Amino acid sequence: MIEMQDVWKTYPNGTHALQGVSVKIDRNEFVYVVGPSGAGKSTFMKLIYREEVPTKGQISVNGFNIGKLKQRKIPYVRRNIGVIFQDFRLLPRLTAYENVAFAMEVIEAPKRQMKKRVMEVLDLVGLKAKANRQPAQLSGGEQQRIAIARAIVNNPSVIIADEPTGNLDPETSWGIMQLLDEINFRGTTIVMATHNKDIVNTMRKRVIAIEQGNIVRDQLRGEYGYDF
Amino acid sequence: MTFNTFLRHLREGAKNVFRNGWMSVASIVSIIVSLFILGVFILLVLNVNALADKADKQVQIRAYLNLNVDQKLRETVQKEIAAMPEVSKIDFISKEQGLEDFRKSMGEEGKDLLDGFDKDNNPLPDAFKIEVYEPTTVPFVAKKIEALNTSHADEQPIMKVKYGKGTIETLFKVTRAVRNIGFIFVAGLALMSMFLISNTIRVTILARRREIGIMKLVGATNTFIRWPFFVEGTLIGLIGSLITVAILFVGYDRLAASVGSDISLQMSLLPVNELWQWGGLLLVLGVLIGMWGTTLSIRKFLKV
Repeated sequence: MIEMQDVWKTYPNGTHALQGVSVKIDRNEFVYVVGPSGAGKSTFMKLIYREEVPTKGQISVNGFNIGKLKQRKIPYVRRNIGVIFQDFRLLPRLTAYENVAFAMEVIEAPKRQMKKRVMEVLDLVGLKAKANRQPAQLSGGEQQRIAIARAIVNNPSVIIADEPTGNLDPETSWGIMQLLDEINFRGTTIVMATHNKDIVNTMRKRVIAIEQGNIVRDQLRGEYGYDF
Repeated sequence: MTFNTFLRHLREGAKNVFRNGWMSVASIVSIIVSLFILGVFILLVLNVNALADKADKQVQIRAYLNLNVDQKLRETVQKEIAAMPEVSKIDFISKEQGLEDFRKSMGEEGKDLLDGFDKDNNPLPDAFKIEVYEPTTVPFVAKKIEALNTSHADEQPIMKVKYGKGTIETLFKVTRAVRNIGFIFVAGLALMSMFLISNTIRVTILARRREIGIMKLVGATNTFIRWPFFVEGTLIGLIGSLITVAILFVGYDRLAASVGSDISLQMSLLPVNELWQWGGLLLVLGVLIGMWGTTLSIRKFLKV
């Protein structure tokens, strides 16, 4: 599903974000990516959804060689990857419904199908009743649920979540985690970078720890392993 | 692209024009200013050209004969002038007819003045009225006619050759100058308004970077992202040029009406209904400037 072979990433300023990372993530896995700030977690995530290109090495996602992808093919690969961020990244002037529908508009889905599907995922994230509210009228947790709805609306095979609970209080975070677990249960691979010790230690999943650009630990049903 | 998507792009583009409020107004004004100046120049050039054409057609040479020229010599000279390849037409105007024409041109006021003159004391010489095929050859033909005094050295038949000396040359020069200056000016202004628009759109794109980022994230193609901006630029160009054409045509119509009714000016402007194609050209140009400006500004932002 996702495979990296000796991947290096050096930024123009000389930072070696990743130094020879090799990893394989299978279909339907749930993987935590942990490590100190600046260790290369974000770069690791960005390489998967082709926000960054590796300096060296190969990455394949869903069978596509991401590093060598032609510019105009990128959008089509991204449609199969849902991305969730710490800061939600919703469009403030659109309603919850429109924010989710937006992802379907972009791939030019038929209108009738769009309405049905958007309501379906809003129901899944538990916000069907607030479909007509704008982000500013929703709580942080609700906004993240909308972002998740947007990420899954096109049925991607992978969800990349970069610290999705980073801005949320513990209780809300648990709600989000249950939702992600549910999505994973339905067959979507989830790769999630996090600093949340409690979540990792409670919801035991595969843990990949990155330090100074290298994978230093990779365990099934692992622990957070840090004190921060 | 599906029809629904196309409608979406149109809707988004139109919304953006309003959403960006003052920036859109600034772009529209810049288009109006440059197209307006372009329009004024076009109208100026067209009218000067028309004037020059009219003047061209009126250009004729008058060769006055000395009083001592007899009929035989007169006919010889007439034949020699008619034989010149540049000459299209030659008419003899006798001194009597000349006096008559003069009277007519003086009108009521001159009647008294010319009352004392008749057949016996007519002060005017006989003359030829000569027309040429090509107005630019007028000065040359005039010289050739003067040169007849050299070939008929004894008789010296030609008293004087007259044509609108200077007037034509000046008119040609003015036309050319107006045209050249106009084109340089207009090219500069068109370029300026293009950059203004591309700048406007760039500012709006900067403000919407986040939105574009999200669009890319969910898998929007560059074409998909570009369309609304393209529509926005086109609309700005269209609105700007429509306003300009309206201002120009209404203003010109008023001007033409007031000039036409003022008899003392002895001239008239080209009628408005002959100028629609130029209005169309301005519209097309405005739209092109809008499109081009947008294309310039988005290209950079779409590279990931």
